[in-house]
Amino acid sequence: MTIIPLDRTRTANGASGGTPVLEARGLTKHFPVHGHRGARRAVVHAVEDVTLALPQAGITAVVGESGSGKSTLARLLARLIKPTAGAVLLDGAPVSSRQRYARQVQLVLQDPFSSLNPVHNTRYHLARPLRLHGLASGANLDTQIAELLERVALSPSFAAKYPHELSGGQRQRVAIARALAMQPRVLLADEPVSMLDVSIRLGVLNLLAGLRDREGLAILYVTHDIASARYLADVIAVMYAGQIIESGPAALVTDAPAHPYTQLLLSAAPDPDRAEPPSLRGRGAPPNLIRPPGGCRFHPRCPFAMTVCADERPAAIEVAPGQSSACWLHAKGLTAAQSRPLREPGTEARPLTEPVTEAQRPQGPGEEKR
Amino acid sequence: MNSSDILISVRGLCVDYGLGDEAVHAVVDADLELRRGETLGLAGESGSGKSTLAYAITRLLRPPGVITAGSAYFGSSVNLLTAGQRELRGLRWNEIAVVLQSSMNALNPVLSIGTQFSDVLRAHRPDMSRADRRARSGQLLEMVGIPADRLSSYPHELSGGMRQRVMIATALALDPSVVIMDEPTTALDVVTQREILEELMTLRDRLGFAVLFISHDLSLLVEIADSIAVMYAGRLVERAGASAVFRAPRHPYSLGLLSSFPALHGPRQAMEGIPGSPPDLRDMPSGCPFHPRCGYAFDRCRSDPPPPLLELDAGTRAAACWLQDGREAVPAELALTAVDAVSANSGGRA
Amino acid sequence: MTRLLRSPKIVVGLCLSVVFAIVAIIGPLIAPYNPNASASTTISTPQPPSAAHWLGTTQVQQDVLSQLLVGGRSTILVSLVAGLAATVLAVLFGVAAGYFGGLGDDLLSMLANIFLVLPALPLLIVIFGFLGKGASPNDAVIGVIIAITGWAFGARQLRAQTLSMRNRDFVDSARIIGEKSWRIMSFEILPNLIPVVATSFLFTVIYGVGTYTALSFLGVINTSHWSWGTMLYWAQSAQAAQQVHLEWWWFVPPGVAVGLFGTGLALLNFGIDEFVNPRLRGAGLTGRAARRAGLPRRPQLGLTPVLRSARRAS
Repeated sequence: MTIIPLDRTRTANGASGGTPVLEARGLTKHFPVHGHRGARRAVVHAVEDVTLALPQAGITAVVGESGSGKSTLARLLARLIKPTAGAVLLDGAPVSSRQRYARQVQLVLQDPFSSLNPVHNTRYHLARPLRLHGLASGANLDTQIAELLERVALSPSFAAKYPHELSGGQRQRVAIARALAMQPRVLLADEPVSMLDVSIRLGVLNLLAGLRDREGLAILYVTHDIASARYLADVIAVMYAGQIIESGPAALVTDAPAHPYTQLLLSAAPDPDRAEPPSLRGRGAPPNLIRPPGGCRFHPRCPFAMTVCADERPAAIEVAPGQSSACWLHAKGLTAAQSRPLREPGTEARPLTEPVTEAQRPQGPGEEKR
Repeated sequence: MNSSDILISVRGLCVDYGLGDEAVHAVVDADLELRRGETLGLAGESGSGKSTLAYAITRLLRPPGVITAGSAYFGSSVNLLTAGQRELRGLRWNEIAVVLQSSMNALNPVLSIGTQFSDVLRAHRPDMSRADRRARSGQLLEMVGIPADRLSSYPHELSGGMRQRVMIATALALDPSVVIMDEPTTALDVVTQREILEELMTLRDRLGFAVLFISHDLSLLVEIADSIAVMYAGRLVERAGASAVFRAPRHPYSLGLLSSFPALHGPRQAMEGIPGSPPDLRDMPSGCPFHPRCGYAFDRCRSDPPPPLLELDAGTRAAACWLQDGREAVPAELALTAVDAVSANSGGRA
Repeated sequence: MTRLLRSPKIVVGLCLSVVFAIVAIIGPLIAPYNPNASASTTISTPQPPSAAHWLGTTQVQQDVLSQLLVGGRSTILVSLVAGLAATVLAVLFGVAAGYFGGLGDDLLSMLANIFLVLPALPLLIVIFGFLGKGASPNDAVIGVIIAITGWAFGARQLRAQTLSMRNRDFVDSARIIGEKSWRIMSFEILPNLIPVVATSFLFTVIYGVGTYTALSFLGVINTSHWSWGTMLYWAQSAQAAQQVHLEWWWFVPPGVAVGLFGTGLALLNFGIDEFVNPRLRGAGLTGRAARRAGLPRRPQLGLTPVLRSARRAS
């Protein structure tokens, strides 16, 4: 049982030296809402002002619940969708050519059952990217395919198999092999193991770690499971309601979380070692992103909310070497008025409901008239 | 142990999908007991047969499922396998309630929550007056932490977590003695999941029903269940108290499964999970179904028929492994006692 | 493949279709008489089936069987061409509309809706009337013209399927690798739509045979060009004129032929549906083996069947 050395403390800002390979600066994405009564310009603020850097030979995890914007962020970084504002930089500069970008940055998706086309076999899936980008042809093709399969720990006999003949874990490996065929420098993985059986998840995660160690890939690992993020990643960035609210070295963020939301996540996660059931501070659900709360988006649920939290959005403040948290609790120099608690201590905000939509509630045909 | 305490008892249950040569053996020789007020966790991955077993017991399995052997009783008198439509209807919801997987999508989108509660109450308590029904519906909602004025809401106006709470409330509407829950929180966020589980545990303590909790998340089951049964490829491979399974597993699969969940605290170590993948039920290996992936497999595991559940520790637990039949030398990690486990765990799990 | 043949629907459908395919190919070659030739000029009533004329004769002593065989080729050919042309159009318009979305989708959908709404038969009557009865029409051309009214339904189906397929992850993956749109549509999406395309094709062929027969029956298409519809036209006009009744051997064969042809195709269609969607199959729980084991005829929901042996033992 080898111990992973804890010196992988490269920060999210590439402070280990050199420009990060892939960087998001102030990335924002607003999705227009169709058929929304009244305000036609209503948008879903899916991702708001995200700045993130992926260093060479490092794994950065983005942890968040559903609706936090983490999958949208991955798709923005893959340039599958265009940002509303902000920029994606490769080696510090924007890239215009789609082809060139595809060679450098690749995406692996969550659902192994739909990321491979059921009518094509593995060989086709791996040959297409090689052919498209002129990386191999003819006899060379088969050797390259065999090599790719070995890199993801599958035997070359898998080339003839169709997706329905493969298990979930094997399909995910083929998806990773297809991404690697382009010889990218960055691999974006959107919840790659969430839909796999528990006992095979670690195999795929170890594969990703191996790619970082042996080939120096920069890897983005998007997940809702903070325990696996702690296991795999060097740096963890926590997302809530479209914003990054904390980031830092993995062990530090999980052992000494600075932001109340991170603390909530950690107390809610299953932990069999726990002696007593956890006490949750900050119940409720993530906010409606069409009209997100002003100031800090977590303040309606935050047990420590102050007046300033409802008014202004906090900037990321460094709380430990490499660890930063976007929370007014760590800010210095707040006035007495600003730091007054927003609610009576002891009465925890419990916004159990989401705002009802403005659309008229229809009188259902089955309404009780009995 | 008072036998009237046993609510569900299953012996040697076998469930197939399809008939004849092409039949897939989804559950083989399952033995299970659920006592009053107990929370039994049924753990397993895909293909383990955990959902199939639960649905077969309540005769809710869809075609092509067929029960081919064994027995299942509710209490000491009701034979679940020979019961007719009427008898089952009387049992269902009154005594046994089921919360299906992603049942939050089982709510009728054109009816309000109140109407759906009312439907359930009317179906099983025809003599309840309208006012009574309304009162009871409100009570049920409050029980799961939703204000009673949401009775007039429609499912699309509620979040996923709230809908799941509504489903739990529906299941508890008639005060059942057994609630079967199939992955009730898997589709929900971690925080919502924790909240719902908390409420569930509180309700369980207050109302005293037994829970059969099916989940692939063993670490979660360790936290909430009294005892855990682990299934693999249709068979029960281990059955023990929750902390016994966690701290001192006896079956190599349980051991491997436990080491598939990275820890939230402690030193970061490389972990292996279990090599290989869950088997295809149509193409099972000979002998013990787990031996291709087992690090401790020896000849007997391949050649002999699959091991039955062997009683251990004076009948308090059981494991289906040839290593535990007394003739073999058991590796240290599969023979921990609670005392060893505590001291080993304080230094990080090995 | 052998699994396909276990379904009785597919077997019957296939047999019928094969029979008609053979008729289409060799029909005119094995016809015993020239369908235009009158066996005798003296008799002026249709003769019932006899040794010389297996299906009897028409009023002017033409052999009904020969007409059936010769007409069969025309009818089947026209419907096949109609089906093929309509399916090609449906694929082109439907998949493109579904994949691209936006303005293109709106325009193509509008086009499809117009053609759906247009009454097909009156439109075709007008078109063929315009082309003139005198000109001897090519079967293929007739088929294509019929296809103009028959493509829209399939196009809408394919558009819907493409829309749902477009959100599947493998389409995103193809885009990320850098595949071009036309390649994605042809090689990623279309192969998954083959069952839908097949059923659409078969359905349109049935539509084609019905429409062609109707048009011939109405006399819109050149009545000297033999087809099953034309036989019916002559049968009907003879009876109307002469008030002669009960010559079943004249109008029943072509009618039955059309019916059987349509049935064969429809059965094939259902069979493909069943094959593609496993839930429609009995999944091995129907049939004799199940009955012997003591299972109810139709498994009821909420009452999982228990084998008789298990019931006795428990």
